Amino acid sequence: MSIRRRDLLAATAAATLTAGLPRRARAADTPGVYDLERFGNARILHITDTHAQLKPVFFREPSVNLGVGAMAGQPPHLVGKAFLDRFGIRPDSADAYAFTCVEFEKAAGRFGKLGGFAHLKTLVDKLRADVGERRSLLLDGGDLWQGTGLANTVKGADMVEAANLLGIEAMTGHWEFTYGEQVLRDNLSRFKGEFLAQNVFLTDEAAFNDAKAFDPASGRVFRPSVIKEIAGFRIAIIGQAFPYVPIAHPRRFTPDWRFGIRDEELQKLVDSHRNTDKVDAVILLSHNGMDVDLKLASRVTGIDVILGGHTHDAIPLPITVTNAGGVTLVTNAGSNGKFLAVLDLELTRGKVANVRYRLLPVFSELLKPDSTMQALIDRVREPHVTDWSDKLATADHLLYRRGNFSGTMDQLICDALLNELDSEIALSPGFRWGPTALAGQPLTMEDVLAETAITYPETYVATMTGSQIKDVLEDVCDNLFNADPYHQQGGDMVRVGGLAYACTPAESIGKRISELKLRNGRHLEAGKRYRVAGWASVNEQSGAPVWDIVARHLRAGRPPNRDAPGVTLNGVEGNPGIARLG
Amino acid sequence: MNITDREFSATRRLVLKGAGVAALIGLGVLPLDVPQALAAANDKYPEEAFKQKNEADAIKALYGGRTAEPSDQVKMDAPEIAENGAVVPVSAITTLTGVTSISFLVSENPVALVASYRIPDGTLPSVSNRIKMAKTSNLTVIVEAGGKLYSATKEVKVTVGGCGG
Repeated sequence: MSIRRRDLLAATAAATLTAGLPRRARAADTPGVYDLERFGNARILHITDTHAQLKPVFFREPSVNLGVGAMAGQPPHLVGKAFLDRFGIRPDSADAYAFTCVEFEKAAGRFGKLGGFAHLKTLVDKLRADVGERRSLLLDGGDLWQGTGLANTVKGADMVEAANLLGIEAMTGHWEFTYGEQVLRDNLSRFKGEFLAQNVFLTDEAAFNDAKAFDPASGRVFRPSVIKEIAGFRIAIIGQAFPYVPIAHPRRFTPDWRFGIRDEELQKLVDSHRNTDKVDAVILLSHNGMDVDLKLASRVTGIDVILGGHTHDAIPLPITVTNAGGVTLVTNAGSNGKFLAVLDLELTRGKVANVRYRLLPVFSELLKPDSTMQALIDRVREPHVTDWSDKLATADHLLYRRGNFSGTMDQLICDALLNELDSEIALSPGFRWGPTALAGQPLTMEDVLAETAITYPETYVATMTGSQIKDVLEDVCDNLFNADPYHQQGGDMVRVGGLAYACTPAESIGKRISELKLRNGRHLEAGKRYRVAGWASVNEQSGAPVWDIVARHLRAGRPPNRDAPGVTLNGVEGNPGIARLG
Repeated sequence: MNITDREFSATRRLVLKGAGVAALIGLGVLPLDVPQALAAANDKYPEEAFKQKNEADAIKALYGGRTAEPSDQVKMDAPEIAENGAVVPVSAITTLTGVTSISFLVSENPVALVASYRIPDGTLPSVSNRIKMAKTSNLTVIVEAGGKLYSATKEVKVTVGGCGG
């Protein structure tokens, strides 16, 4: 084991609600990497976007995460060395490995996998025991039930069990909704915590037909918030589900529900907790994505801390946002089970006096797996994994997904679509979940499923004109780089195979994408029709699930495609959101 | 002024039952349960306004030379991103008094004026409807009160969707 204490401490940090910039913690006296200096009187633990990764994973953080306009160069839009410099993390350290893509392959061998629910359980239990009975809460920001073949097969039931054993007391959701209302409600009936969402309402038709709602008067489908008491203080936890579920995913999963950011309704709820319930702190458990949360924090007053997720940004320090009512701290706690956030609050009557925040990487090699959770994981996996354990191929190079425009894992999926579905162009969604495979690692069906397991995996082959293809790229690119964060959906650019293009992120919709060329060098013609293969369409499709297509491609043992991703970026010189195109 | 969810909801129900709106005239509006018969009852159809392609011309045809002043007393509830461009739920409510009409305009639609409602004296000035939007566009609501025009505007994005993280 080669992780030393000094490798880890750099990223521990403190933040204060009163100062303009969070202060760094003095960690020099901390006896062990997970022995935290006691602070305040209430501890909130936060995980988010674990994507059902019950076992430890490798996960490479992005080398391209561009911010444009006011977001350029601001967290979370920093990668590589710029990220290390901004947060004072030493290169070569375990933290540098956990938080960035710097020398990922070398560091992966040295520091090992992160996350895993058995390891997480050990860490959660320790951090809760450290502060004593009833002094802590454990919150989950959503995307807990989706991301593995197992979770997809049992529709998230495995994760409900794991959540109960881990002790999650409240959660909100995103991919949870893609199982549809009935499965969602069945799972929630077994979930021991609260599912919170202030921003999900019945459609007018559903309300008129008396569809089920937590509060028929307002049309709110779920409980919006819960008040928890710690050490005699009252903390309001408000849930904010992913605002764009019926847009980012097929609408058929949630036909009766309207989503949206709903910051006016949120403000009323915060005011009511402050003025009527007289709470001492207000926490927003959010699946908005970090840019949306930063904007929301500037508009909505009275929230002490936004514990954020969705965009999978592992940000070691909270960002302080000033608004008309004071300040709000905004965090984002990474993905795939890599991190556990620790928010220590010093509560006084009606006010959070001070805050300390740490985003702890869950180093699986430093933590003894909890035996009860390990037994649960083994039990839920047992009926399914043997079917998925045959080796399909060996990774010939590093396969990762994260990056605004491309990743080697998605190139592999695009190659599979091109070859197996005999198409000229392939389109693959820019999801941000899915673990990384190291070169030389065997790839099994379970690995393929961990990149593709969704409830709408059907592939399609369509005939599209050049201008339709450009419109799709422009539309998705605007979801990523719209100057107004409220018009962003999270996720990355749609991945392309068989196609090269240039992109100017700072432009407006219709003007970002240019120089579209086929792999043979010919320009894409606006009026010409092309054979396009893809998957994860919001429209209903009937092709084979993409995991079977990828498995077939891997089994065929074709020579690896070493082409560079065909995306040329314009106007990003000097932007610290790009390390190298990846 | 605080508009609670309860008030909004009650209003919506009135609209659904056709009791709160005396006239529903417009293009691109999906009338909920409002009996069509009501639409014929009141005032004459502003034919010219509904022929205008752009917003300024539509406002001119509808309201003459008057210009609308942005007002925070006009509250519009519309999504940031439309869940379905063909059916965008939009509602407007105002605390202004003496309201005589409420109109909705979508600047990028082929015909900018989407709907115009006459509000009879004594009616709660609140309208909820669903409109079609061809593409990402500014949505403007104009409230006519005491002979003056007040407005609220919001950009609503229309997207093909998909690919969310």
